[in-house]
Amino acid sequence: MARRTPLFDAHRALGARLVEFAGWEMPLCYRGAAEEHRAVRERCGLFDVSHMGEIELRGPAAAAVCQELTVNDVRRLRIGDGQYTVLCNERGGVLDDLIVFRLGPERYLLIVNAANAAADYAWICDRAGQRAVVIDRSAELGLLALQGPEAELALRTLTALDLGGLRPFTALEGTVAGVKTIVSRTGYTGEDGFELLSAAPDAPPLWAAVLEATRRRDGLPAGLGARDTLRLEAGLPLCGTDMDETTTPLEAGLAWVVKLDKGDFVGRAVLAEQAARGVARRLIGLELAEPGVPRHGYAVWRDGAAVGTVTSGTRSPTLGTYIGLAYVTAGAAAPGTPVAVEIRGRRVPARVVARPFYRRVRREE
Amino acid sequence: MELPDDLRYTKEHEWLRLEGDDGVVGITDFAQDALGDVVFVELPAVGATFAQGQVFGVVESNKTVSDLFAPVSGRVIAVNQVLRDEPEHVNADPYGAGWMIRLAVARRDEVDALLDAAGYRAHIAREQGK
Repeated sequence: MARRTPLFDAHRALGARLVEFAGWEMPLCYRGAAEEHRAVRERCGLFDVSHMGEIELRGPAAAAVCQELTVNDVRRLRIGDGQYTVLCNERGGVLDDLIVFRLGPERYLLIVNAANAAADYAWICDRAGQRAVVIDRSAELGLLALQGPEAELALRTLTALDLGGLRPFTALEGTVAGVKTIVSRTGYTGEDGFELLSAAPDAPPLWAAVLEATRRRDGLPAGLGARDTLRLEAGLPLCGTDMDETTTPLEAGLAWVVKLDKGDFVGRAVLAEQAARGVARRLIGLELAEPGVPRHGYAVWRDGAAVGTVTSGTRSPTLGTYIGLAYVTAGAAAPGTPVAVEIRGRRVPARVVARPFYRRVRREE
Repeated sequence: MELPDDLRYTKEHEWLRLEGDDGVVGITDFAQDALGDVVFVELPAVGATFAQGQVFGVVESNKTVSDLFAPVSGRVIAVNQVLRDEPEHVNADPYGAGWMIRLAVARRDEVDALLDAAGYRAHIAREQGK
């Protein structure tokens, strides 16, 4: 039996098409994924991401445990700051990617992928031992993502919080539509936007209020379908699809979060060696020269030799072109490299392109 | 869900509109709705011939890749080239701008044996009841 978020009834009332994702019954789309994608790029869209896991670490050694288990440097975090980071195994393989927020002097909150939440919690408990209090708060919290160039204008109508002063990857605690909320300037769509963390019972009224504000800006509720094409256009890897325990964050193009000089951490030895020698394969962006959908598992060819494998692909709703992410050998990873994607036995010409495929235009206030 | 009375249908969710000796083929409103946003349609070359039930192309959404089956035997005399760059017509107008191929129908009795709208509606109800 799939789990349901606190907003399940709201999704059903909106006529959502529901699918099972990572053990959760989630909205795939409401009216149509392409329309919802466009709303997020042009105005704003509201997602229920309450399926994601929240793991809290507390205590004098909470920072040390985070520092040891994640690849980024949590010492950089002031209270209210967050950072994108990765949980690696001893071999440097990706267990999960996440955002860690420092909520208090000795209090950290990890927002992790739904599919990995239980395994992450077990891994962290095991590693933390008696050093920190580790609490799985996934069931007691709701999480909304309001994304798009007009997200701030929409949210402003519901809160006295200084949203204009809220920098990317920072969070504020306050009241939104009368609901106690942690608001962060984060998301996974390539747009400006916010994520709103509340107690699970408060999630339905918060959703209703934020959805109304979203609609006042001609925005839409948006489902997992739009979420996937948005993150793919933004060149953001999806854990479990574009990276897993067999790939390292360096191979996935996440070298910018791997702080090898911060001291020891799980996976560091392998990652340091890989950084020194150079990675053998890299996650790259692909753009096809003609229509065709590159799909997970499809082979990538260059000059008659197999050089890699596609991990994600779609027709870009914004660009109209067919794009994908693939691991290819380092020699074939330079932008501009002509390659081919094998689709049902046919090699469709493509080229390696720099990520992201889509970059938002930053608007002047 | 729209199921025009003047069309014939297959259990695989294609429709066929008989126009003289030609059969125009696409996928049904039910099929496009089940697929979600169509992102790619692969169609055969003009001149290709297919036996009834043979795969003549592929339709893809982000979710799935589905084969397209020839409702009847025939030779392809036209394909909807617009779908190459604008596959979204399959969702927006499955019986009109979203048409896929035009066949020179080889055997009229195959057309007569296809489902009518009522038969197709009953077929969908049975499939959904499973």
